[in-house]
Amino acid sequence: MPPATASRLRRELGDYFGLAIALGLLVLTFSLLTEHFFSPTNFRTIANQIPTAMLVATGMTLVLVLGQIDLSVGSVLAFSGAMLGVAITQWKWPLAIAVPAALGTGLACGLLNGAISIRWRLPTFIVTLGMLEITRGAAHAVTRSQTQYLGSSVGAIASTEFLGLSIPFLLALTIVAASHVLLTRTVFGRHAIAIGTNEEAARLSGIDPRPVKLAVFGGTGVLVALAAIIDTSRFESANPNAGLGLELQAIAAAVIGGTSLMGGRGSVITTFFGVLIIAVLNAGLAAVGARDEMKRLITGAVIIAAVIIDVYRQRPSRRP
Amino acid sequence: MAPLISTRGLGKTYATPVLDGVDLDLLPGEIHALVGENGAGKSTLSRIIAGLTTPDRGSMSFEGRPYAPRSKAEGEAAGIHMVMQELNLIGTLSVAENIFLDHLPNRAGWIDFKKLQRDATEILTRIGMGDLDPRLPVEQLGVGQQQMVEIATSLWRHCRVLILDEPTAALTAPEVAHLFDQVRRLRSEGVAILYISHRLEEIRQIADRISVLRDGHLVTTREVAGFSLDEVVRLMVGRELGSADFTSGRSRGPVALAARNLRLGDKVQDISFEAHRGEILGFAGLMGSGRTETMRAIFGADTLESGQVFLHGNKTPARIRSPRDAVRQGIALLTEDRKAQGLFLALGIRENLTISDLRRVAATTGWLPRALETTQIRRWIDKLHIRCNSPDQGITELSGGNQQKVIVARWLFRDCDILIFDEPTRGVDIGARFEIYRLLADLAAEGKAVVVVSSDLNELLMLCDRIAVMSAGRLAAEFQRGAWTQDAIMAAALSGHLGTPAVN
Ligand SMILES: Nc1ncnc2c1ncn2[C@@H]1O[C@H](COP(=O)(O)OP(=O)(O)OP(=O)(O)O)[C@@H](O)[C@H]1O
Ligand SMILES: [Mg+2]
Repeated sequence: MPPATASRLRRELGDYFGLAIALGLLVLTFSLLTEHFFSPTNFRTIANQIPTAMLVATGMTLVLVLGQIDLSVGSVLAFSGAMLGVAITQWKWPLAIAVPAALGTGLACGLLNGAISIRWRLPTFIVTLGMLEITRGAAHAVTRSQTQYLGSSVGAIASTEFLGLSIPFLLALTIVAASHVLLTRTVFGRHAIAIGTNEEAARLSGIDPRPVKLAVFGGTGVLVALAAIIDTSRFESANPNAGLGLELQAIAAAVIGGTSLMGGRGSVITTFFGVLIIAVLNAGLAAVGARDEMKRLITGAVIIAAVIIDVYRQRPSRRP
Repeated sequence: MAPLISTRGLGKTYATPVLDGVDLDLLPGEIHALVGENGAGKSTLSRIIAGLTTPDRGSMSFEGRPYAPRSKAEGEAAGIHMVMQELNLIGTLSVAENIFLDHLPNRAGWIDFKKLQRDATEILTRIGMGDLDPRLPVEQLGVGQQQMVEIATSLWRHCRVLILDEPTAALTAPEVAHLFDQVRRLRSEGVAILYISHRLEEIRQIADRISVLRDGHLVTTREVAGFSLDEVVRLMVGRELGSADFTSGRSRGPVALAARNLRLGDKVQDISFEAHRGEILGFAGLMGSGRTETMRAIFGADTLESGQVFLHGNKTPARIRSPRDAVRQGIALLTEDRKAQGLFLALGIRENLTISDLRRVAATTGWLPRALETTQIRRWIDKLHIRCNSPDQGITELSGGNQQKVIVARWLFRDCDILIFDEPTRGVDIGARFEIYRLLADLAAEGKAVVVVSSDLNELLMLCDRIAVMSAGRLAAEFQRGAWTQDAIMAAALSGHLGTPAVN
């Protein structure tokens, strides 16, 4: 192997290694604290809970790498789910039409985020903050603020299993892998990283940032809608209050994984580790019977600690 | 005379040793030039003296006492100031605020804007920039003007040692003259000045002593008088430079780019010119004469108010509404401001180099084969002698001149027919500079149209077939090779400023 490839591989594995150790330590701690934790059933439960977070955090990572932010993911999730619920229960659409309609809702919201920010040169922080309110309102409007109960017809999507793992989990894993390849091994990904690092330099290198921005926001919308479909299926209902605070969870997972809020630096795989760390932390704290306030306190501390470690790793020689 | 600063056995190792056993003495009241190839360790040495980097080996003393600064602030407290190679101004703040950033005149925290502006104007006047409005945000200035502001931020301070790391890389002759006046004034006040530059003629003019760094070793320190330039180059590069003939072997072809009556604000006023295939066209002019703005407008980076650009002999004007349109129609623009508009600072050589033409390495599916990309990158690293550890080394870890070479490689990689290079050799050492000239000459000989904007008139005289001179936003004159003299070019460059007040 040429030295350059070897050193890059070492660096990449190094990134994963630290996170894997952190994850391992968490699992170890909780296994020692309570005997219920270290069991295949428990791990399967965790695996089947996290596809939503995986999908949304993957989209968020791409958005962050581009130097942008999407605050609307939680509300868009609720709105896409609401569309699915209402389409089935009230409009009596068949699944084959209702599911694409939900995906289309997510896509439309994402594209709108991108398009508005491009057309009027607005920071996506502002645009998606507006979209957060709009889509939450829309979710309540279409459902008249009623949770839509769908029954088992949609439940099948989430409960089908393959090798003991749910289809949504496997789907999310595939998407994580595909997004990683997209970001690291394709022209599109390279352009996104360049734009996120220095948009003006990218533009002057002959790259048009607009289609990239649209694609990333549109894609994130689709991933969020996919998450909404999975959630709706898992709970067999669509709740207009779903996904509250989801954007912060997704950002937290990305940041724990070392993705920069300043753009240009981030990895879908390390974000996946971030999702796992948060999920294990939640499950573990629940297993040891920690109260809700304790959970939040500890989760917050972990996020900050993770970022501090990351800063040290990135800039060993920074001086005043 | 007792030295102000002495270093003994100074060493620094990153992935490889970059400084080793450096013994340097700076005397009070001397201008001490430091020269060496790109990556020789000049900036590293300066940063160590200024307290921005800690040495791994060796020691320093200041006025005979041990000196080991742990931060830039400690260095400054001792009276050691440095103007860094890269611009470090805050774009959204005004010129005056940048100059006095850490000493804003205030009453109980309220900024005294009157005094701030008065003081700033006074300093700017000293370096011949009295016409510059100190209230302008720095981001509205060109690189040369920013460089002068950067210098101004150090000039007002009371210092014992002043380090200037390539202060003149983007300056034209009149600004350099003003800078030299100030540097000589400091010398007469007993300040020790460490002066880094790749423009060797300047060093002859101003320096008292000269030290040559090669691969991190200080090879010699001597009086400048009686030290020939050829000898300096040989000590720096370790070999003779090739021939300095960059004009033969090409013949002028058809028009590749024709600009007609371009207008954009007061920097681009009715500019028309033609660039031919097989020709190198130079653009001379003073700082702020509108050359950069003209090129940016042609490239679609800024939107023209009026005027047309015709490409490749077409009768209909080209439609260029963004840099992307320009690149697709075969125009490359290397921007003068490499830090803000050129480099992806957080990324590596790889991402910085191939970004101009990823399709060239990629499959139609958009898949980027890394190995193939690496091979291509290595070719350019070898061709331009980019000093680095690997194609994935972070771009900020490269020396300034090597960063510049990466950007030059970026645009040569794209293989455009019309190459517009704005300050292509900013911070590049003399050996590599000749290599870039050679590459540009070869490209012109192949039939490409090359346009070079430069603050260094010698560069244009050496390289170009034709030189257009801009002054205060207008095209003042055009000279064919053989029909020009330095004086005529300088007179044309000044013409637009006579009678009317200078721009800004
Ligand atoms: N942080 C770093 N990590 C690794 N290598 C570094 C780092 N900083 C500098 N170097 C290396 O040290 C060497 C010397 O760099 P330095 O900036 O001192 O060169 P220089 O003489 O100022 O060159 P130039 O004329 O191009 O400005 C270079 O090869 C550079 O790649
Ligand atoms: Mg340097």
